[in-house]
Amino acid sequence: MAILEVNNIHAYYGNIQALRGISVTVEEGEIVTLIGANGAGKTTTLRAISRLVNPREGSIQFDGEDLSQFKAHELVYKGVAMVPEGRGIFAKLTVGENLDMGAFSRDDSANIQEDLERVFDLFPRLKERRSQVAGTLSGGEQQMLATGRALMANPRLLLMDEPSMGLAPVLVESVFETIQRINKEGTTILLVEQNAMMAFQVANRGYVLQTGEIVLSDSVENLRQNEMVQKAYLGVE
Amino acid sequence: MLRRLQDVNVLDLVLWVFRAVIIVIVVWGTIATLIENPYPAQTWTETIVAGIAQGSLYALIAIGYTLVYGVLFMINFAHGEFFMSGIMTATIFLAQPMSETGFLDNYPVLSLLLITIVTMTVSVAIALLTERVAYRPLRKAPRLVPLITAIGASFFWQYFFRGLYGSEVKPFPQLASLAGKVSLGGIVILKTHIVVIVAAILMLIGLYGFVMRTKTGKSIRAVAENKDVAALMGIDVDRAVSITFAVGASMAGIAGVLYAIVFRQVHFFMGFIPGIKAFTAAVLGGIGSIPGAALGGLFLGMFESVGPGLFLEGLGIPAPHQLKDVIAFTMLVLVLIFRPQGILGERLAEEKA
Repeated sequence: MAILEVNNIHAYYGNIQALRGISVTVEEGEIVTLIGANGAGKTTTLRAISRLVNPREGSIQFDGEDLSQFKAHELVYKGVAMVPEGRGIFAKLTVGENLDMGAFSRDDSANIQEDLERVFDLFPRLKERRSQVAGTLSGGEQQMLATGRALMANPRLLLMDEPSMGLAPVLVESVFETIQRINKEGTTILLVEQNAMMAFQVANRGYVLQTGEIVLSDSVENLRQNEMVQKAYLGVE
Repeated sequence: MLRRLQDVNVLDLVLWVFRAVIIVIVVWGTIATLIENPYPAQTWTETIVAGIAQGSLYALIAIGYTLVYGVLFMINFAHGEFFMSGIMTATIFLAQPMSETGFLDNYPVLSLLLITIVTMTVSVAIALLTERVAYRPLRKAPRLVPLITAIGASFFWQYFFRGLYGSEVKPFPQLASLAGKVSLGGIVILKTHIVVIVAAILMLIGLYGFVMRTKTGKSIRAVAENKDVAALMGIDVDRAVSITFAVGASMAGIAGVLYAIVFRQVHFFMGFIPGIKAFTAAVLGGIGSIPGAALGGLFLGMFESVGPGLFLEGLGIPAPHQLKDVIAFTMLVLVLIFRPQGILGERLAEEKA
């Protein structure tokens, strides 16, 4: 059974329609990517799943439960965590406090400690900078922190909004390696990216969004062969 | 040369002249006072201690302004009424009856404890009610809307409690055990001032620990930075805002009890001036910053107390102590000219404001 089923959602910002009938399915254990240009509705789709945006039409089911009955802050208790757009770290809190906030929804302190070790194992940098104020981290480190913080919730589904944004190419590589590793350790991932080339290297399936609609959905292998995708997103002439 | 002169703005020039004039007056007045030396040393120490006590009260109230601003970017002008409502209620239903029956002087500690509990409970209840009914529905409205609502809420509570308890000034009974002065290392201090200063320091340390160390405190700071992301962490933003109001109001409640102990009277309008002064203190210290609120309060209390005698006496101004509010607000203007973000504020505050 699909862990996440987004069914024909329409969402608006004021009177402007941002999503025009988006349907996305994610199976347990997959990495699924949403690609598309700026303003295509990728971020809005993630915000709708995490209940920061309330769709006017359509339904979103997680693990068979209708998400519209929950508020945004209840979602993490269901097992959905997000690495938000622009990372959204708490700049005035320390690295350690940011990670504490990631585990806000939990009170099993022994397991939290275990997950903290896991995050530090994944990102040794964060351990070094544990008591440093997060706003002083570099862009790459902030991305590590945002990812680590989401993992502290021990989520079943991880929503990632453009983790490669604004990072140097060598860092982008390592971000995607991390994504693969997190997935292998058992977390399902829905990945929003503009960098289609990198996203296709890690994902199983992909959806192409244009102006609030899904224009293509297929396995990554097939998307790579698609002429429109090659031209628009992979830079192949 | 000519071009450089043209670059100098007329307004800048006026401001510089203004700053220079104020500084000259302050320095001149201070020197003149020190040469004349009109007061004995004992008066100075008493003035300084009174200033610290007054500043402690401002600091406790300022916490509420600064916390709410930090989380909602809103100036809660009804905060002075949270301060008033608790101690008014406790005075009428607890302190006065306890004084008449003699309970107050037989069990002073227990009485003060009861009064404090009732005061804090009422202050917090009024704060939560105001937030829920008047502010929460306007969370997404333009900044000006909650501001005007807060002024409305302030008037509402003033006249609500005037209707409830009457408009006359109500005496708060004197505790026999807190009457008089004690000598500490050669300095003679009012006992009530010691209570105020010690209580304020303990409360501020406790509050700082709560905000910095506890899970709830961290979640409040997370909400202050980014509400959407805080919600993604599982933090109930509405609940965090309510807790923020409750914490601010309990500090205001404590300040109310301390105010009553020192000034021994309460009335429905008592929240207005301390509220404005505490707001000033919060801005002075850098609004949004907790140490800033404490420092701003102390700073304001000191200048109000020491300023008139020190700056104005030497200039030959009659009855300088009636001008303490002039000193207080001149200090605000001066600090804001030189440091718009306040003493401990961050530059970020400008973007948010």
